Amino acid sequence: MIKSIQELSKRQAKAQKEYYCDKVRISVGAGTCGLANGAGEVLETISDEVDKQGLDFLVRQTGCVGFCEGEPIVDVMIPGLPRVFYRDISPRKARELVQAIAQRDFRSEWALARLDKDNLLVELERDVSGKLNGLAKVPALHELPFYKQQAKIALRNCGFIDPHNIEEYLASGGYSALAKVLSSMEAEEIIDSVENAGLRGRGGGGFLTARKWRSCRKADGYPKYVLCNGDEGDPGAFMDRSIMEGNPHSVLEGMTIGAYAIGADRGYIYVRLEYPLAVENLRIAIRQAKEYGLLGENILGTDFSFDVKISRGAGAFVCGESTALMASLEGLSGEPRAKHIHTAEKGLFKKPTNLNNVETWANVPVIINKGWQWYSKIGSDNNKGTKVFSVVGKVKNTGLVEVPMGISLRQIIYDICGGVPDKRQFKGVQTGGPSGGCLPEKLLDLPVDFDGLTEAGSMMGSGGMIVMDDRSCVVEIARYFTEFLTKESCGKCTACREGVREMLELLDKITIGQGSTEDIELLEELCCYVRDNSICGLGKSAPNPTLSTLKYFRDEYEAHVVEHKCPAGVCRELTKFEIEAETCIACGRCIKACPVEAITGEKKVAHEIIQEKCIKCGACRDTCPVDAVVTL
Amino acid sequence: MNLTKVDEIIQEYEGEDSWLVMILQDVQEDFNFLPELALKRVAEQLDIPLSRVHNVATFYSSLSLKERGKHIIKVCDGTACHLRGFVNLRDEICRQLAIKEGETTNDKLFTLEVVACLGACALAPVMAIDGKCFGNMDTQKVEATLDLYRKQTQK
Repeated sequence: MIKSIQELSKRQAKAQKEYYCDKVRISVGAGTCGLANGAGEVLETISDEVDKQGLDFLVRQTGCVGFCEGEPIVDVMIPGLPRVFYRDISPRKARELVQAIAQRDFRSEWALARLDKDNLLVELERDVSGKLNGLAKVPALHELPFYKQQAKIALRNCGFIDPHNIEEYLASGGYSALAKVLSSMEAEEIIDSVENAGLRGRGGGGFLTARKWRSCRKADGYPKYVLCNGDEGDPGAFMDRSIMEGNPHSVLEGMTIGAYAIGADRGYIYVRLEYPLAVENLRIAIRQAKEYGLLGENILGTDFSFDVKISRGAGAFVCGESTALMASLEGLSGEPRAKHIHTAEKGLFKKPTNLNNVETWANVPVIINKGWQWYSKIGSDNNKGTKVFSVVGKVKNTGLVEVPMGISLRQIIYDICGGVPDKRQFKGVQTGGPSGGCLPEKLLDLPVDFDGLTEAGSMMGSGGMIVMDDRSCVVEIARYFTEFLTKESCGKCTACREGVREMLELLDKITIGQGSTEDIELLEELCCYVRDNSICGLGKSAPNPTLSTLKYFRDEYEAHVVEHKCPAGVCRELTKFEIEAETCIACGRCIKACPVEAITGEKKVAHEIIQEKCIKCGACRDTCPVDAVVTL
Repeated sequence: MNLTKVDEIIQEYEGEDSWLVMILQDVQEDFNFLPELALKRVAEQLDIPLSRVHNVATFYSSLSLKERGKHIIKVCDGTACHLRGFVNLRDEICRQLAIKEGETTNDKLFTLEVVACLGACALAPVMAIDGKCFGNMDTQKVEATLDLYRKQTQK
């Protein structure tokens, strides 16, 4: 139990010493993506080999460093030398790596990057520049195109510290911000700092965080609640998962600071069901923070108390909406309510409540530690700080990218993530999930921030960025989101319940080739109706995917209804695949890939698709190395 | 049906009805679905109307009133997975198990569910069996993956 602020700094110093001890430390990135790629087996192999060789190495697990494409990622820290990150480490490579490290051989051919300066941790720096020891050929992490333009605030420490060990969070200066506010800041001063920093909610709406805090602080009533929205329902976004898994204490610290500023003594973190590891890591973090006196009764020996409980969602997208989330926490079905009464005054259990999302909370300790002046220099006007994006879909380097706001789409998709793979053409990028829109190539230089994206007819949302190539059909994507929203509409208001379903029917008709030009017009009209008449954000923004694709890709809709063709070759009723005999190299890959044995051919004989059997799945086209499979 | 487990779960939440969503999830974890008798017990113990329990049990997509198989397959239909071959993956699983989305195989071994997003988008397309995630799936890997669980059962 840490009983005073002085004691905290002593414990931090001790933890730092332990973190940078005189032993070799090998860590495996064991977030959900890492584990799905075999990080569990890699971790076991490393522990086993270390034991077998009788080595005095530390073996740890960390969260995710964001470079999902290279999982499993292993990093090795040898005292006095740069930290080295390795990518695509299989159990076999892991065993060899341990043996090599024991001989001080870095296996630089497997290395992704080296890190000379541990300045990614907020508070501390370890500089071993110049001591390269055979690592000269390995690029420095900050020079990699993927990391070069990134600035880690919310994702700080993710992939660097063991989320199961509070000591490592302390080593990185964790809970300093909490100590600072408890010892030297008035509540109003904290709120002013957050306001001056310009922090806007990272959950999608971009509402000013400090304004919410202030109205909740001013509201009458006891108790007051501080909530964390970890429901992250947007398909395609997973930054909140990564933070909860990889650095859960940053969320707890942020919430505790918020609670102190608002005058709340209890809170909940609402995590979606599909994130079991996030729930587990948060549970461990809460338990440890309580044991250390950083959460619970009389935090750090002061008279401030704050307790947090975790609640799991049960699979309802609408529960990401604030009032629906609160209904769910009250043990009801997650139906939103109209917001003429603000949740800051009457929220959870009809008491004053403040809700922010995971990424927003994770930003708070940094603003306090480094000061709002520092924070407000990052980003663009009215859009301060960084934003994490999950860049996925048809892009080379998929992963989590944290960049200063105001950077362009092109910089994110091309410079950082390497563009579209397999020499395909870029078609568009979908931002903001089911509430967002789809932007075409001509908008690639658009600055990415809350205001820029909204103006273009999309939105920031929680930061999902799904890249599409010429083999992705935008009409089908609009249909996909609309189908998703039909399922997820809670059914309370007619505009959303019936309107979105009617939209889906029209989109279905268009994608199976039975639509007409009138249907497109009707669809547009319906979209405006749903947008203007729904109660909550889900319904109001539900037409965005359709409206934005109609705006920027109308020719593709027209191709579906006039020519009865799907230019991307995705909509099955409108697609026919054929193999060009002169291009085919008769390699047999498509024959193997076809799930219904609809392709004939043998060695040296061009392959052929039996149209009657073909189910138009496109597996042959995806697997063909010479693009011989074409659509008619 | 042994309902003492239901009582224990409610005890863990100190009989607070605000935890209803979590309570039902825990009950489902125990019975693999939500049997009618268990729902009645929850309503009795929390002293709330059965209609409210039903309302919640039918609102959330992860809660099931139907009996489910031993292994739960969740195929991810997040945007990234959708673009990278979700439809083919789901269809292949349906073909191999001879069931449709949301159904359970006759031998009660597998239930196939489609979920909104598993949050492992970088590895799209993704499926999870009993919570274990399988990334970069394609139709050709389906049989071997299902076999891992079929063999487990034979043992």
